[in-house]
Amino acid sequence: MTLTSLTIAEARDQLRAKKISAVELTEAHLAEMTKQKALNAFVTETPDIARARAKEADAALAKGDAPALTGIPLGIKDLFCTEGVLTTASSHILDGFKPRYESTVTAKLKAAGSVMLGKLNLDEFAMGSSTTTSYYGPTINPWKAKGSGADLVPGGSSGGSAAAVAGGLAMGATGTDTGGSIRQPAAFAGIVGVKPTYGRCSRWGVVAFASSLDQPGPMTRTVRDSAIMLQAMCGHDPKDSTSSKLAVPDFEKALSRGVKGLKIGIPKEYRPDGLNAEVAALWDQGIAWLKDAGATPVDVSLPHTKYALPTYYIVAPAEASSNLARYDGVRFGLRVAGQSLDEMYSKTRAAGFGPEVRRRILIGTYVLSAGYYDAYYLKAQKVRALIARDFEQAFTQCDALLTPTAPTPAFAIGAKFDDPVAMYLNDVFTVPASLAGIPGSSVPAGLTSTGLPLGLQVLTKRWDEETMFAVSQTLEDAAAFKRLV
Amino acid sequence: MAYILKGETGDWEVVIGLEVHAQVVSNAKLFSGAPTTFGAEPNSQVSFIDAGMPGMLPVINEHCVAQAVKTGLGLKAKINKCSVFARKNYFYADLPQGYQISQYDQPIVGEGAIVLDMPDGSTRAIGVERLHLEQDAGKSIHDMHPQKTFIDLNRAGVGLMEIVSKPDLRSPEEAGLYLKKLRSILRYLGTCDGNMEEGSMRCDANVSVRPVGSNELRTRCEIKNVNSVRFVMMAIEHEARRHIEVYDAGGTINQETRLYDANRDETRSMRSKEMAHDYRYFPDPDLLPLVLDDAFIAKLKSELPELPDDKKNRFVKDYGLTAYDADVLVSERENAQFFETVAKGRDAKIAANWVISNLFGVLNKQGKAIAESPVSADDLGALLDLLADNTLSSRMAKEVFEIMVDTGKAPGAIVEERGMKQVTDTGAIEAAVDKIMAENPDKVAEIRAGKDKLIGWFTGQAMKATQGKANPAMLAELLKKKLAP
Amino acid sequence: MSLDKATVRRIATLARIEVPEADLEPLAGELSGILGWIEQLQEVDTSAVAPMTGGTDVKLPWRADVANDGGMAEAVTANAPDAQGAFFTVPKVVE
Ligand SMILES: [Mg+2]
Ligand SMILES: [Zn+2]
Repeated sequence: MTLTSLTIAEARDQLRAKKISAVELTEAHLAEMTKQKALNAFVTETPDIARARAKEADAALAKGDAPALTGIPLGIKDLFCTEGVLTTASSHILDGFKPRYESTVTAKLKAAGSVMLGKLNLDEFAMGSSTTTSYYGPTINPWKAKGSGADLVPGGSSGGSAAAVAGGLAMGATGTDTGGSIRQPAAFAGIVGVKPTYGRCSRWGVVAFASSLDQPGPMTRTVRDSAIMLQAMCGHDPKDSTSSKLAVPDFEKALSRGVKGLKIGIPKEYRPDGLNAEVAALWDQGIAWLKDAGATPVDVSLPHTKYALPTYYIVAPAEASSNLARYDGVRFGLRVAGQSLDEMYSKTRAAGFGPEVRRRILIGTYVLSAGYYDAYYLKAQKVRALIARDFEQAFTQCDALLTPTAPTPAFAIGAKFDDPVAMYLNDVFTVPASLAGIPGSSVPAGLTSTGLPLGLQVLTKRWDEETMFAVSQTLEDAAAFKRLV
Repeated sequence: MAYILKGETGDWEVVIGLEVHAQVVSNAKLFSGAPTTFGAEPNSQVSFIDAGMPGMLPVINEHCVAQAVKTGLGLKAKINKCSVFARKNYFYADLPQGYQISQYDQPIVGEGAIVLDMPDGSTRAIGVERLHLEQDAGKSIHDMHPQKTFIDLNRAGVGLMEIVSKPDLRSPEEAGLYLKKLRSILRYLGTCDGNMEEGSMRCDANVSVRPVGSNELRTRCEIKNVNSVRFVMMAIEHEARRHIEVYDAGGTINQETRLYDANRDETRSMRSKEMAHDYRYFPDPDLLPLVLDDAFIAKLKSELPELPDDKKNRFVKDYGLTAYDADVLVSERENAQFFETVAKGRDAKIAANWVISNLFGVLNKQGKAIAESPVSADDLGALLDLLADNTLSSRMAKEVFEIMVDTGKAPGAIVEERGMKQVTDTGAIEAAVDKIMAENPDKVAEIRAGKDKLIGWFTGQAMKATQGKANPAMLAELLKKKLAP
Repeated sequence: MSLDKATVRRIATLARIEVPEADLEPLAGELSGILGWIEQLQEVDTSAVAPMTGGTDVKLPWRADVANDGGMAEAVTANAPDAQGAFFTVPKVVE
């Protein structure tokens, strides 16, 4: 057992028992980052900050005054603003941007004693499912298909986070999930990813993509680690008007609840014709595991599922088109000179945004424009209400839903997606929960015949992360998934 | 009297609607904690939220909400218990987020009215369409660099109430009265200081014309940001004449935004606003609907001061003032307060007369507000008491008043010091009269022979002899008796 | 729903993203493809549905009217590509 393959829970115990020090734990991870630089998981490495915080952690541990994550090396998705540290959203347009403020989530993680290793790569402005749209180049999934050297995508948009955690570069990482950006890369990289209820984690200081959907969450190697990390990340923030004031339950405690007596909904719409056979088989296996653990599977219907993706591809670009208007070359980031104000704006934004971001801004601008608002945006918000209602009704019949996380395993970097819509289909199983604002996790549960990880998704009703954790833990125990590290 | 403009092809009337942006009196901005003080160092009153930094989120200022509701109540308008903040998307150098947070189809305040007090004593109600809350923009400074415009965001994010009238106004004069009345109400309520020079109250005028007798609404032009009541009136008149000239020549008016140039007394098309606008309004996903409860509204209602219209009616009814005098007194709350102090326990009409003719005359000349009045309300009252008890004649009272203005001394002290007591002692006046009669037997004879005009000469002589202190009524009585044929 | 070049040019102008003339046509094709796929929403009956505007059921919080921010012109302009003193700058705007 090496230092970089410890789980957060294990490291926490060994740090407290003084079996290891935070400094050596951090050094081990910094070394691993150097060794696996080829993954391109990090946009910015912050070894100096890491070492300084590790020292502080050891001092706190020595005093016996050590909060939950003291000395735990974490990676931060480069969508979280970190004071004095380059924050790019993996976009050219944020060139050189060093915020003078710290996001609420990263401030909480810091206050909990964690050690920041650096800023992790993502799809530009979190728009994508493959981490190939980053200005800083694609991140490579540490997993390879059996007998193939081909580089695979780690999923996205939190692909840097997924790769770093799966490859042992970080013990955990922050992600953000707008339409599946935590859960889908977790599934592709064989790790655990948790998107909490919208409003559980503060969005303050997180570069906005689609405000009504964005939600930070943890990405770790085990369910327990996610519970520990989420505990430190979440809670009410008066600076975010959509942040919940509800008391935060003890997530780690919920892990041992088990699933005895729980009803697990199996939505029939998630089994479309032509669903990947291995994905379908793993899903059936998951159902069987939960049944064995004392849960009762029930068939449920989420009739508006097929409309979730088109709804998402109106709502998210519309909000993004407005959220990304502030990248104009005036107050931060890239500026391309122009003769007039409008020319400066247009040249800056053309040079600063990559093709996928430009495409989404244009779609979003169009669906909000005069004469189209009702047909697109308003319509989408109504369908979104129906999708949320589907879940509400389903949760009158069950305590949690079990579905596949993604329709396929990780695919090759550079796989052709001539049609942007084909790429969007990666999120088909994750987007509905995002629209409804409910919590969801992805738990690595098995491998394809070519040896690539697959994940199962657990969804529960709003604010019921405890049940989500209990079901996830049961799946993890049953699956005995063999991690990379 | 109707305001009619003569054109070559006939008589025209003007149709005017006003949009007033009134800066909310508050310590902090609408959605951030930065201060709102006028005239601070550039960008010194700017939070990261106001600067549109990545990841920053708005949280609403409760006092601004209360101020808007209070204003709505003052305009006898409908308070909407649920209103929605929307983003108005457009690019401009002084709009850091690339959108203004405003209210669109669901404003906080609905229809109300403003009553104009016409010079002939009649009143006219002008409809208020709506009042909504929104953010102010920053300031562009064009004269600091040959190729650059400088941006100061101190004002960006300050709370504004946009108050939109119905197109009910029919003359520049009515527009002027509307603005003065609105300003008066806002100042009574303490929700806006109404200072047009500092830009805390700004007016856009929508102007169109139509043939007298017609009910059509022709194409209107919006004249932006006119910074005094007088200029608003001039701009309207100018714009109306421009429209008539165009129509008389067989042309058409284009709907456009125009700028008023007070130096040249002309309006011209605003180039920067020429590009077709498409604001792509949509509900701000960072904010939830603004919901007011009955108790909140009721509390504000109970705290409302007596407003100018009610005060005016009371002054007419209780003090027997003319509508005109009452109107003059109530336009500023402090003026009305001053008058009421003076009038308390005294003849209200005399008090009104002194406040309006004498005191306001002095204040006007000195360019002072009532708060800086050199004569206090109590001193003015004391002066009126000296007048009432015949210590002073009204001519002497005016003299004393002037000394009060110059020295700030109390009237009693002035009278004492200068021995200005009016002579009411019959014996003393009689002695003086007897002396004059004895010295001028010819004049006595003439008057007794019927030359009545000479009474004036005797009055003058007697006043001279008593250094002007003789009680005029007593003197007249005495002369009449002594000089009787 | 298919977009023509002129519409793409218009929305690109609204969004302040310069698009070279030669790219308008292919972009119109791509965007039309996405919009065509989105079009399936029209088959959902939403006549009796209120739109869902936010992601949450929490109540809008209010802030007290306290001036406790700002006073940091240096920090606010620190990242600006062309700050002059305490000001941001843009190419000259002619009114
Ligand atoms: Mg307006
Ligand atoms: Zn406005």
